[in-house]
Amino acid sequence: MAYAEDAEHDDLHQPRSFYAKYIWSQDHKVIAIQYSLTAIAMGLVALVLSAMMRMQIGFPGSIDMDSTAYYQAMTMHGMIMVIYLLTALFLGGFGNYLIPLMVGARDMVFPFVNMLSYWFYLLSVIVLLCSFFVPGGPTGAGWTLYPPQAITSGTPGTEWGIILMLVSLIIFIIAATMGGLNYVTTVLQARTHGMTLFRMPLTVWGIFVATILALLAFPALFVSGIMMLLDKTIGTSFFMPDMFSFGSQLEYQGGSPILFQHLFWFFGHPEVYIVALPAFGLVSDLISVHARKCIFGYRMMVWAIVAIGVLSFVVWAHHMYVSGMNPYFGFFFAVTTLVIAVPTALKVYNWTLTLWHGNIHLSVPMLFALAFIVTFLVGGLTGLFLGNVVVDIPLSDTYFVVAHFHMVMGVAPILVVFGAIYHWYPKITGRMLNDSIGKLHFWITFLGTYLIYFPMHYIGLQGMPRRYYLFEDYQFIPDSAHSLNAFITVVAILVGIAQLLFLFNLFYSAFRGKPSGGNPWRAASLEWLTPDTPPKHGNWGPSLPVVHRWAYDYGVPGQAEDFVPQTASAELAPVHEGDKNQ
Amino acid sequence: MYTNSNTLYLSRDKDFLRRIKTAKTGLHFLMAAISSMFLLFLIAYILRSQVSDWEALSQPWQPLSDTGQLWFNSALLAVASIALEYARRSIKDLDNSKLTRDCMLLACAATVAFLIGQLLVWKKLAAMGFMASSNAANAFFYLLTGLHGLHLMGGLVVLTVATYRCKRLAFELQEPLRLRTKSSIELCATYWHFLLLLWLGLFALLTGSPESYAAIAKLCGF
Repeated sequence: MAYAEDAEHDDLHQPRSFYAKYIWSQDHKVIAIQYSLTAIAMGLVALVLSAMMRMQIGFPGSIDMDSTAYYQAMTMHGMIMVIYLLTALFLGGFGNYLIPLMVGARDMVFPFVNMLSYWFYLLSVIVLLCSFFVPGGPTGAGWTLYPPQAITSGTPGTEWGIILMLVSLIIFIIAATMGGLNYVTTVLQARTHGMTLFRMPLTVWGIFVATILALLAFPALFVSGIMMLLDKTIGTSFFMPDMFSFGSQLEYQGGSPILFQHLFWFFGHPEVYIVALPAFGLVSDLISVHARKCIFGYRMMVWAIVAIGVLSFVVWAHHMYVSGMNPYFGFFFAVTTLVIAVPTALKVYNWTLTLWHGNIHLSVPMLFALAFIVTFLVGGLTGLFLGNVVVDIPLSDTYFVVAHFHMVMGVAPILVVFGAIYHWYPKITGRMLNDSIGKLHFWITFLGTYLIYFPMHYIGLQGMPRRYYLFEDYQFIPDSAHSLNAFITVVAILVGIAQLLFLFNLFYSAFRGKPSGGNPWRAASLEWLTPDTPPKHGNWGPSLPVVHRWAYDYGVPGQAEDFVPQTASAELAPVHEGDKNQ
Repeated sequence: MYTNSNTLYLSRDKDFLRRIKTAKTGLHFLMAAISSMFLLFLIAYILRSQVSDWEALSQPWQPLSDTGQLWFNSALLAVASIALEYARRSIKDLDNSKLTRDCMLLACAATVAFLIGQLLVWKKLAAMGFMASSNAANAFFYLLTGLHGLHLMGGLVVLTVATYRCKRLAFELQEPLRLRTKSSIELCATYWHFLLLLWLGLFALLTGSPESYAAIAKLCGF
């Protein structure tokens, strides 16, 4: 830990002006809040878009939305939620805030690059939002942006929308790379005295491995984005085949649309885990703290995160069964897809076993964490269905897939986001979020999302196709499916409106919330042991903390408190058996 | 805090070691991300090359059958890389600051010459009518050499700052300045070696024969 010894003597360069402190800030905590607020604002845009789509599906013609606007809303909803909300929030928001605090560092190792990362992210958001105001509007190619249709006349937004989308993604990837280099280097180099890799909280492990995935997988999106941009702007033929459009032959020749799909999904599947691994880490910490019990199988949990990360690079083509492939490849990708269920199931078992005989506190963060386990399980199980070629092909273009990925990739991570915000909000602001509003928000969100997505599995099995703007005059779709769609829309709108409770709570409690003190959850991990709450610039005062144990010493027999902070020495309390580093 | 200049230097040396180690870790991850990007381009290139419209630029009647200019450019980049390696070794000794400065200036000049050389190849191709839109092989050539050049230009910004520091170092022998310069040179040297290797890989790819592409594609199961 030579780094920590030297880092203690670093000048802190306290920012003095308003701009240096809050706008052009290089402090990881401010950058985290900037990332989070921007990502949440983007999430609200995507939420409104989904409400508009649901109105069209549940009550066709009830709002002024033509098919063009529908496809544009669908595309922007998907891309914003996956990239600009979830990726940015988990890595840029939670990663930035928690990594230095949890490993005992004063800041990220490259603070200036960290600041640039946020401003590049904001620029990518602005470029994306500009596409709503350009001629032709935003792209309506679907969030996967498959060529040739993404850049061929007839698809909404082929004038400027697709160009802005691709430029925005390229800028986002540069931002994510700058942030990612910071996260991995901080974890590897800037840990404090005694903080070995296997004493780090699982949150840090989740974000660390997810960041490595991001550094290696985002280049695939970068490559495909640049090549498609060139196809669109200067007429190259990387992805565009010989084709006719509106009766005339286009000048493209020989390009391979399937090549784009391979590149896109080589990014796209690790992206699922770029979102899921931080969520796994965060939820592990929530469960351990609020069940007052050490995490079950800590080392197994770490290796499961690593195994999932590695396996996530060899499953991408399960998104392409309907595109057609060599049956042996289909078999290979089905096998790898099913294999990834092993480390994932291991995590679910370990969360459950952590709860077993725990002193479970049904606080708001815990409610969200429990809801996550159930939701992830449901979404994961339907993933096993879709991982098989013969099941996937008939279901691929139905609402069953919509239900699956919203459960596993939408609802589950968002539940963790909420749980984590309720959990760490007291550290960020020094005040508690209102508990009653929190519980109301939880129950409406949790039950509401099930009322939305459970029926979607059913209508998917009925054969109801996804991506359709209008479902009139299809005889194979029964009336009951239309009724269910209307019901889903009503619930979706209610759940959407209920998020205002959360926003109100977030801003109201920042000023009027109950003061929290430094460690309201009586947690053992390092971020709760800062001398000030909220932590000041430099986090730790004159000297860095010294770590003597892992972050999960709860319910240790013979102790006055039911937790032992990571900074307590072995003389004060025995080091737990789970921590093998002593 | 520190009582004498020796302790001060010792502390600064330790601080330097910590910072260089941190920066090197960051650089290694950056190089991993860049490698991932070019590896994916390689796969895309091989896959796209198997479509019948592909006209490899290395065929006897195509412009890259004569690789003289590209070899010359490669030599320039190799000179830059070797010069930086010399600079990295020479800065360990304070007496060598002038040699370090000369090596850095040579590295800068050779890199700029490499970039100009690449632009000349672009110009030659364009003058012969080999535009990016006329064939995917041409498009890949412009794209891959362009992206490689952009990465080099990014490094050139850091190299220029380090060279300026070296120039100052030749006149004022300051320990902190030497450590900062040393750190920059170490990073630049690693990055330049990486970009040289990357370029040699790209060179081999872009001037490879259709038979080689077909063999690799077959090996990959395309």
